[in-house]
Amino acid sequence: MLLMKIAALNNTYKALVIGVSAGGFQALKHILPRFPKNFPLSVIIVQHRGEAVQETSSKDDFLIHHFQQHCQMTVKEAISGEKICKSTIYFAPAKYHLLIEKEESFSLSLEPPVNFSIPSIDVLFESASACYKNCLIGLILTGANSDGSMGLREIHLNNGLTLVQNPATADVDVMPKAAMESHTVDYILPLLEIAPFLCDLMQEEKG
Amino acid sequence: MKMQAESTIKQKTVSQLPSHGEIIDFEIKLLIEAIQFRYGYDFSHYAQASLTRRISSCLKKFELGNVSELIPKIIHDVEYFESFLREVSVTVTEMFRDPLVFKVLRDKIFTQLQTYSRINIWHAGCATGEEVYSLAIMLKEEGLLSRSRIYATDFNNHSLAIAEQGIYKAEKIPLFTKNYLLTGGKASFADYYQAKHSHAIMHEELKQHMTFAHHNLIKDQCFAQMHLIICRNVLIYFDRTLQDSVLGLFHQSLVHRGYLLLGDKESLDFSQKKNCFTAIAKEQRIFQKVSYE
Ligand SMILES: C[S@@+](CC[C@H](N)C(=O)[O-])C[C@H]1O[C@@H](n2cnc3c(N)ncnc32)[C@H](O)[C@@H]1O
Repeated sequence: MLLMKIAALNNTYKALVIGVSAGGFQALKHILPRFPKNFPLSVIIVQHRGEAVQETSSKDDFLIHHFQQHCQMTVKEAISGEKICKSTIYFAPAKYHLLIEKEESFSLSLEPPVNFSIPSIDVLFESASACYKNCLIGLILTGANSDGSMGLREIHLNNGLTLVQNPATADVDVMPKAAMESHTVDYILPLLEIAPFLCDLMQEEKG
Repeated sequence: MKMQAESTIKQKTVSQLPSHGEIIDFEIKLLIEAIQFRYGYDFSHYAQASLTRRISSCLKKFELGNVSELIPKIIHDVEYFESFLREVSVTVTEMFRDPLVFKVLRDKIFTQLQTYSRINIWHAGCATGEEVYSLAIMLKEEGLLSRSRIYATDFNNHSLAIAEQGIYKAEKIPLFTKNYLLTGGKASFADYYQAKHSHAIMHEELKQHMTFAHHNLIKDQCFAQMHLIICRNVLIYFDRTLQDSVLGLFHQSLVHRGYLLLGDKESLDFSQKKNCFTAIAKEQRIFQKVSYE
């Protein structure tokens, strides 16, 4: 079935966007470190932060530092105007929306919060979908609100691949459940199977 | 004949008709061209992803079905264009946003400004003015306000009018006060405003040193020699070409060794003007003009 979808689309995925909220740090720990160094995707993440975390940028650095130490891929904060590279994991900076421009570079915005969130997953996903079209994979993980559902739908409409963490394996199941309600999800995966699934997928594409 | 025409269209449907996204992109191009033609504002060098978002939220607000419907309204109705501008520009701001930046400005840069007998400061893209008042408060506490002139500019007349009034919602005051203390504030924030009903009215004394003016960074020139230019969270909305041209404008406007303060996530690293400035406090995005003589 998986093979069929890829064959049907006849494309190569370029980027993976991930939206994650409450319980996200733990979830990401089961995914990001398992991607190989030369993983052929750009991985772009919006992780909602709590109020307390928003106040000091040092906490932000913590997230990035942690994954820099534990991941094989390059890990960094997305910078406004920066060209997006493959085999790199980017985190959206706190307190700004992260968007993707058509020429595959980042831009930031201070628009008011969307779904009570800044950065917002929908904002990232919708702009990423406009840029990467069917070469995009969207993934929604654990979280306590419904940010990301609209964006995931948009990815589906542009024939991208849509993935959601199985709510039963999520720390907080509101966000994955909300994403599933739009009936545009291709695969619902238990947390521990997400990384192997994506690695296999990229392997198959190559072969 | 008719049959043939129909079948041609059908063929197009399958293979060549543009996608929904492509149609929107095309409409936005037309809109940008109309605005450029009619008002001389060139939005083609704005970062398109956020502009597209703003335009679609504008459609919702004005209850329009598509981007094309905006075009005749904007061409024929100046007021409509003003409200469009209001909607598309992102004017979110707060007092002493990123307090550490203001603290470094106070501790490191103000001591340098002290040597000038008259201090000109340009606050470009000041939105509703919160940062302008923040700056005036710090200048006052460092004994510099009496010889300072702050030129606060924006191309959004609506937010400029709010800035000039200097009246803010009381509910924002706790946040502003907290930020103020984090910048090393020397008095009490309450000393700088008068509470009235649910609003805080900023003191007249601060306003006396401010000049508010409409200025469009895309097309207007510099207007005075500046010792410090503050332009935060404006360049993030521009593409690299426009960023470079605005940085060029700032460079031209600054005195020898004048200072430039950018937003927390704005970097000169990708700019052609990179070598026109040197970082004084890299983390806080404070730069100094380098002149070639
Ligand atoms: C997000 S606000 C920044 C406010 C404040 N400096 C801050 O960082 O909190 C961006 C401002 O830039 C202004 N702006 C955008 N394009 C402009 C242009 N071409 N010329 C002048 N101002 C512009 C907008 O009207 C808006 O008020």
